[in-house]
Amino acid sequence: MSSEQGLRDELTIGPPGSQYTMSPAEGPADSSEELTYQYGLEVEARSQWAYARRRFFRHRLALGSLIVILLIFGAGVFANFLAPYNYDQINLNALSVAPSWHHLFGTDSAGRDSLSRVLFGIRTSARVGILVGVLSTLIGTIIGGLAGYYGGWADNLLMRVTDLFLTLPLLAVLLVAAKYLGHSTPTKLALLLAFLIWTQIARIVRGSFLSLREKEYVEAAKAAGAGDLRIMLRHMLPNTIGPIVVSATLTIGTAILLEAVLSFLGFGIQPPTPALGALLNEGQDQGIDKWWLVTFPGIVIVIIVLCINFIGDGLRDALDPTQRRVRA
Amino acid sequence: MADPILSIRDLVVEFTTEDGVVQAVDGISYDLYPGETLGIVGESGSGKSVSTMSLLGLIPQPPGRIVRGEAIFQGKDLLKVSKRELRRIRGRDLAMVFQDPMTSLNPVLKIGFQIAEAIKAHNPKVKDSAAKKRAVELLKIVGVPNPERRVDQYPHEFSGGMRQRAMIAMAIANEPAVLIADEPTTALDVTIQAQILEVLKKAQEEAHAATILITHDLGLIAELADRVIVMYAGKVVELGDVSTIFGNPRHPYTIGLMDSLPKLTAEEEWLRPIPGQPPSLISRPPGCPFHPRCFLSQGRVRCREEEPELRPIDKTAHLTACHFAEELEGRVGHLAEPVGAGT
Repeated sequence: MSSEQGLRDELTIGPPGSQYTMSPAEGPADSSEELTYQYGLEVEARSQWAYARRRFFRHRLALGSLIVILLIFGAGVFANFLAPYNYDQINLNALSVAPSWHHLFGTDSAGRDSLSRVLFGIRTSARVGILVGVLSTLIGTIIGGLAGYYGGWADNLLMRVTDLFLTLPLLAVLLVAAKYLGHSTPTKLALLLAFLIWTQIARIVRGSFLSLREKEYVEAAKAAGAGDLRIMLRHMLPNTIGPIVVSATLTIGTAILLEAVLSFLGFGIQPPTPALGALLNEGQDQGIDKWWLVTFPGIVIVIIVLCINFIGDGLRDALDPTQRRVRA
Repeated sequence: MADPILSIRDLVVEFTTEDGVVQAVDGISYDLYPGETLGIVGESGSGKSVSTMSLLGLIPQPPGRIVRGEAIFQGKDLLKVSKRELRRIRGRDLAMVFQDPMTSLNPVLKIGFQIAEAIKAHNPKVKDSAAKKRAVELLKIVGVPNPERRVDQYPHEFSGGMRQRAMIAMAIANEPAVLIADEPTTALDVTIQAQILEVLKKAQEEAHAATILITHDLGLIAELADRVIVMYAGKVVELGDVSTIFGNPRHPYTIGLMDSLPKLTAEEEWLRPIPGQPPSLISRPPGCPFHPRCFLSQGRVRCREEEPELRPIDKTAHLTACHFAEELEGRVGHLAEPVGAGT
């Protein structure tokens, strides 16, 4: 191949087989834009989501965490298929045995398989976490959105209520509430947690709506006759979705941690339903030599919460539209 | 002449600020007739935007307040109808083209979606597919090439001129009776401005709309407007046909505005600005608001003490608010040169 040939190849632009010439055979194109399309010169546009996805997938820690979380939660969801034993199945021949091939995480003093209990515990914790994430995001977004959009006395009222919730000593309230609500099912506990930790999302959404309210495109939407609800849902919410998604993710981590704390203190999920915090509680009763009973559930909690926080970080980087830098 | 489609009487709009009450619009009255283009010119802060925004209920209240006045549109007073009704009128019968297309489109929504929204906000029964088809049609009308592809793009993929076209498409989506264009070309390149003017003209014809064109660009007015309102310090100081205002202005402020334009044929080396600053709208000067800057006033007592009424010149439709308008006869010399768009 001569060098001249190589040069010509480089100058070829457009769909395969077409040669770029100054006078298109199809007739005169009247604007440069049409020329652009004709020769396929335009850059394929990516949507905001495509950009975000790309940035997220380049964030290795976040991507890795996402995979780990999916594996762990997946294991919890399919616990009844994956677990070698049922969580309340008692094996009197293997009381408090150390980890072995038969019982990877060992067994407790009642001879129940610890791995199975951890898997079912993950299911409980994940369910609580995700339910709290969804509910508190919903509550927070509605309250914050209304406060930010309407401003004035509505804002004042809603934000003072938010402040009130923020000032509550979370653990004390949770303990009292858990005591009086009686036997805690995962759903009941999730509702309780969601009711108490929506405040952060409310503040984020309020701040975002306050600034979006002054944007010209919101005024333009108003001038086009859009109603309040339409403006909030169609024009402002999509502009806030990034922070909402990030804080919803982080809320899941917080909720799992809080559930573990409550269960550990004996006020959360009640036995025999296994929950990660409850497993810790049971483990510590049985003495330090049964190290496997606290170690494995503990490690799982740490990994879950750590991964969720990494995913949150990754999402924050990916969804921040001001950040166009792509990670190498 | 036909009955006016929009008729504004004695509109007063105030803003409460920390320094006091600003009278942004101080008793203006005008009519808009079907099919015409009415230009409103004035300096920044002369109340030209506020006067129209208040019609649509788009000034923030508080601090803004419509003190009095009426705006009769299709038999209803826009300043008195309920919020709900006003919302129905906005965008359907009275549509607006905003100044800055860069910030007036929602960055996270597709152009087609935003145009379809403008349609669906008033016709909830329209199907998504039909609304999108109409959006493509509208983009074609305003001269966006490849509308079928463009309709699915985001604002950041549009250039400034294209965005303004999209904004105009949104404004005429419901064939409004009145189109308000608030400085539609200010944020654009000079080369694009002329194109947008063409689009605006075409859009106006397409929608059979009467247009209010708000601008500080006299060239634009000369190009597009049929009649002109000159505003100063929240008041109408002169009103007349575009040819009358440009050829035979009868208010010293209008003359000052025109004198301050750069001219190709003039031999002066310096521009001729109007001396002084626009008055503070918190404490306006007594008498004629323009008298401290006026070449005609020269310290005359009447200018300082008596506020001039808007009155007709020679019993024509040409109105001016100057006590000594008659002395301005014949001051046309330096306006012989035509003023083009984008000067």
